[in-house]
Amino acid sequence: MTVNGFVDLTGEKFPAHRLPLAATGMRVILATHFRPVAWDKADNRGMDHPQMLKIARLFLTGLAVCLATTAQGQGEPAYAFPIQDKFRATVIGTPEKLQKTFPPVAISEDRLTVFPGRHAPNYLWYEAQLRYSYVFQDKPAPLIFVIAGTGGAHNGMRNLALMRAFYNAGFHVVSLSSPTLPNFIVSASSTGVPGEAVQDARDLYRVMRLIRERYQRRIGITGYYLTGYSLGGFNAAFVAWLDNQRRAFDFRRVLLINPPVRLYESMSILDRMLESIPGGMDNFHTYYDDIVREFNTLYSTTDRLEFSEDFLYSVFSRLQPRDDELAALIGLSFRFSAANLMFTADLMTNYGFIKPSNVHIGRFSDPGDYAKVAMRLGFTDYFHRFFYPFYNARLDRPISREAMIGRMSLERIADFLRTTDKVFVMHNRDDLILGDGGIEFITEVFGQRAKIYPHGGHLGNMQYVVNVSDMLRLMGGLGRWR
Amino acid sequence: MALTHANPMTRWRLALLCLSLWLGACSTTPVTRDGPAQTPVFPADRVLDPGVVYESDRIWDPFEGFNRRVYQFNYYFDRYLFLPGVNLYRRVTPRPLQKGVHNFFLNLSDVTTLFNSVLQLDLKKTLDTSTRLLVNSTVGLLGFIDLASDVPRKEEDFGQTLGYWGLGPGPYLVLPVLGPSSLRDAGGYSVDWSARWLAWQQSVDLELYQSWTRDTLWAIDQRAHIAFRYCETGSPFEYELVRTLYSTKRKLDIKR
Repeated sequence: MTVNGFVDLTGEKFPAHRLPLAATGMRVILATHFRPVAWDKADNRGMDHPQMLKIARLFLTGLAVCLATTAQGQGEPAYAFPIQDKFRATVIGTPEKLQKTFPPVAISEDRLTVFPGRHAPNYLWYEAQLRYSYVFQDKPAPLIFVIAGTGGAHNGMRNLALMRAFYNAGFHVVSLSSPTLPNFIVSASSTGVPGEAVQDARDLYRVMRLIRERYQRRIGITGYYLTGYSLGGFNAAFVAWLDNQRRAFDFRRVLLINPPVRLYESMSILDRMLESIPGGMDNFHTYYDDIVREFNTLYSTTDRLEFSEDFLYSVFSRLQPRDDELAALIGLSFRFSAANLMFTADLMTNYGFIKPSNVHIGRFSDPGDYAKVAMRLGFTDYFHRFFYPFYNARLDRPISREAMIGRMSLERIADFLRTTDKVFVMHNRDDLILGDGGIEFITEVFGQRAKIYPHGGHLGNMQYVVNVSDMLRLMGGLGRWR
Repeated sequence: MALTHANPMTRWRLALLCLSLWLGACSTTPVTRDGPAQTPVFPADRVLDPGVVYESDRIWDPFEGFNRRVYQFNYYFDRYLFLPGVNLYRRVTPRPLQKGVHNFFLNLSDVTTLFNSVLQLDLKKTLDTSTRLLVNSTVGLLGFIDLASDVPRKEEDFGQTLGYWGLGPGPYLVLPVLGPSSLRDAGGYSVDWSARWLAWQQSVDLELYQSWTRDTLWAIDQRAHIAFRYCETGSPFEYELVRTLYSTKRKLDIKR
């Protein structure tokens, strides 16, 4: 039916197979750049597209039931997370129906001056103070710190989900942004160049101590816990290692959720994902414009006033995108984080990476082409042409690239991880960011402290009811996986 | 006649010229200091293909310097006044009442949607919106209850109507408090606002403080339903990002 050029979803005016690309693209972009606010969520739900959602939910519950009934019956129930494909799981995440639900929690946000007297670059005037979220019990309780993944903020969706879960399990919760988020780089990074495992851990440790100082007299703290996902899990491992020497917190338990093992390898994998874009990297701008335009096509063909993730998800469930399209989208979402962190580090150090050194961008200046250049560069460009020379110049004895890459790995603290009884890990056998031997390293080093799920992609199952119950049981009391 | 007609026009043009010179002058380009500018590792002229025209570059933003300043003003306004107000409102108002207030203002904006649907000669939108207005304003207790929620709700404003009849957006503008807009949409907004005000005048007589209360509540309700926070996207290129998203969204709104 067409009214005034308005096509409904059954219309054929647009190429249907291209739709999911747009949908997922915007979902990824939205998830990265427009964070929902906790109290908005309940209201937005009223605006869902009921029919499509219902279909999607039916489909998924059906799938879940099918999978559950084909359990292999080996003592433990089969893992019933419904999305088998690693790319789809990574992009879609956990369908709302299969998430563990908690009562709403009133989460507060605050700011912290980490380095008194430090001046933020003029252009990033609004990043001078570190922003973080917290929610406290009204009686003495253990405190858990949550660290976000690459480019993630303290109030991103995944952090909010973890906050709700741990708060309901009786914890005080403090949520921190990733050391790779511009706000953290400007306000709390001691070097302004993120990615160095031990340096990032020291920066996080400093922030955690400052935040504890703020509240410890007001709230009773009975013990300390730590968790983080993706790069945040990697950070948490190094913070645990640091704490093992400094003992400021003496963490009772630390949970790493889908951490990378060798950071350089994971970053290369993510960079390569963008190579799946049609026509290669030289076509990046057209690809990017296409995503925005196709999202627009989708948007202009619906009756809805606003798009929400649930809506995009339901569209996605109906139309199946190809693996290479999904890979390109995952790559794109990480590319945003890479561009943001590179440009911020460049401004912080006047290194002359994208912006010529000694050129200063004012508060109200137009950064011009720098955004486009930043989007064209990957994590590996950052490592070889900025990170490596920058840190090498600070070392007493210069080291090779290979040695530097070796330092950005859990292997660096493998001895600690092997012997401690406090650090736990949950991971997926099909996680996209792990290279060859990644899972084997984890099972070998963590032994009984590792919980490996058969599938779920990268963080796709993090909010799945089984995973959340597992993590709460581990951190809340049991102290082992089963 | 020709003379009297030409005179204000010339004055208008002159005023516009002065305004654009003043506003444009606000735009500051990066400066070099503490030494000569060194060629960066990845200079733009080597990385980027000069033949490529980016979609985002097609947006006309002659008042960028001014816009960036208003963007900053909005950040502070949000941080110190607007959002604390919203939070207070959220804390003291029971949820069902919040919902009712929201419905009430949605019903009010259905008035402008209706007249714009008529102006766009769109029969379906006109019928849908009339149904919603009629049902909700009467049985729905002045809109507090959205009884007609099965009838699809459209949002049409005068900016969209102008766009529908072929007027381009004009220069991009960031309005104080209201946020991203364009010359066309800002003009359209004032028309919608006047229309709503007129409709209100026809139906109820309000004391000055009452209408102030209404407008404040309306602003707070609107803000409470927008998740966007200034300077929190985590992108150093947020201004450009928002500009692109706003412009494409409006293009689509008009096509709908």
